[in-house]
Amino acid sequence: MGQAPLSDRISPPLDERSLHLRRLVAGAMVRAGRGHLGPAMSLIEILRVLYDDVMRVRPGEPGWAERDRCILSKGHGCLALYAILADHGFFPVETLDSFCRHDSILGGHPEYGMVPGVEASTGSLGHGLSIGLGVALALRMRKSAARVFVVMGDGEINEGSVWEAALSAGKHGLDNLVAIVDYNHFQSYGPTAVVQDLEPLADKWRAFGFEPLEVDGHDVAALRDGFGRLPLKAGRPSVLICHTVKGKGVPPAENNADWHHKNKLKDAELEAVRAALGDF
Amino acid sequence: MRATCLNMVHALAKRDPRVLYIGSDPGAGTLNAMKAEFPERFFIEGISEANVIGMAAGLAMEGYVPYVNTIATFLTRRCYDQIAIDLCLHKLPVRLAANGGGVVYAPLGPTHQAIEDIAIMRALPDMTVVAVSDAEEMKRFMDQSLDWPGPIYIRFGKGNDPVVSRPENGFSIGKAILMREPGDVLIVSTGVMTSRALAAAEALDGDGIGCGVLHMHTVKPLDAEALVRLAREVRLVVTVEEHTRIGGLGSAVLEALSDVPGLRMPTVARLGIPDVFSHKYGSQDDLLRLYGLDAGSIAGTVRATLAAERGAVL
Repeated sequence: MGQAPLSDRISPPLDERSLHLRRLVAGAMVRAGRGHLGPAMSLIEILRVLYDDVMRVRPGEPGWAERDRCILSKGHGCLALYAILADHGFFPVETLDSFCRHDSILGGHPEYGMVPGVEASTGSLGHGLSIGLGVALALRMRKSAARVFVVMGDGEINEGSVWEAALSAGKHGLDNLVAIVDYNHFQSYGPTAVVQDLEPLADKWRAFGFEPLEVDGHDVAALRDGFGRLPLKAGRPSVLICHTVKGKGVPPAENNADWHHKNKLKDAELEAVRAALGDF
Repeated sequence: MRATCLNMVHALAKRDPRVLYIGSDPGAGTLNAMKAEFPERFFIEGISEANVIGMAAGLAMEGYVPYVNTIATFLTRRCYDQIAIDLCLHKLPVRLAANGGGVVYAPLGPTHQAIEDIAIMRALPDMTVVAVSDAEEMKRFMDQSLDWPGPIYIRFGKGNDPVVSRPENGFSIGKAILMREPGDVLIVSTGVMTSRALAAAEALDGDGIGCGVLHMHTVKPLDAEALVRLAREVRLVVTVEEHTRIGGLGSAVLEALSDVPGLRMPTVARLGIPDVFSHKYGSQDDLLRLYGLDAGSIAGTVRATLAAERGAVL
């Protein structure tokens, strides 16, 4: 009996910390009346493990030169990034309540220079890996031990620019660069397998010079173990292909393209979110 | 002008450890001397302009000043989103060194002719757009390019362009240079068209038409102060650019003049490339003649426009 594919695995139940971060996301979204809920919920454990266990950052000194950098290339997942940054004290948690308001620092896509801890303005897909490549080259030139993590969506890697960047990163052998694919198997229109099939995904990255690792993107222990093995191979950039569930933790949103972006929540939908996560 | 700019990148790299060169797939041997002296600051990244711009942005975020170099059409059209978001939105000091502005690549056809680069670059917030007149002016500009905040689009001429700039005029980004005092007419020109404008002005002088030339080497930020001051003194302003008449220097001049409340508006004639892709080849000068942008045609247009303007006033 072979192991079931990661995409079919049943992840461990969400613990209180994962639920807490999801409540921050849901609260911000509900108070704003809009937001990309599905793409944020699939990201929670990836960002949680990065910020809780992996990255060296100083929330009080977001520009610290030796920090590890995380570029959220799938900028539409920003609610998850805002939640973890606020939770770590980059800015007050109450700021989340201002999401998408006219004078908020927290827009529907994250902006560099506006939000402490945000490393690049993203929202137009396919930019982050090239930026991360440049940052990683700069860090290597000045012999810094800092690393660069670039979080991409699976739909995002339809963009040709991602593969241009992958070619370059492979050529430069940047083992301080870590690509992360939030492989929730859905993009805006529907399943990635239908819109633009990515398989065999690990082979594609390998062919471009990356060392790939596939993990369950909601299994905190598995993520810790995967990130703990970086670089996956000396002299090569790494890619963690994180199998996730779009909308994870909110049953009506799970694997449901209708929840990619919401600008109105019906009462019943709101109740379903509260039933899943508790009060927020 | 191209060779001068690239050699200046090398010279600046000697002076300042922040300076990098990034080419996509330039001609063999490009900047060999810099490659030999500073291999770690010399990058050839392949035909991948979108990636190159993003990579340059990342390097600039970490304090470097990258000079990115390829053919103008590919450096503008192919990676416009990356230029807008990665460079302009982040206000990063990346320099776009664009080979073959305008119709330099006449024999290679419309894919290689950068006829709208100024328009699309200047529409982006925080972008600076510079088109110097010749190699000597390129040197003076490059000295200043190092510490200018935000991205700069640098439009190159063909090479071996006649030197019309003068050292005594100096160079400041954003400050136009009055090359010739106006009479009834002021020509405002940019890039290598300034040499044609000066020749046209000389010819008009023989006809008793006083024609000044304002060299607008920086199309953005436009030196509106100099433009408006001179425009008040003349009957006719003629803009001359190797670029579509839509959105370039002529548009910038009209916008700046119309922004001044109560200004007595002179007649403004905009000379440039019509709203077409060229299907003719030959040389840069062949195409400039086709579009009425050689010195003789410019002078002829000035005479005709001035006569029409006088007739209309009378």
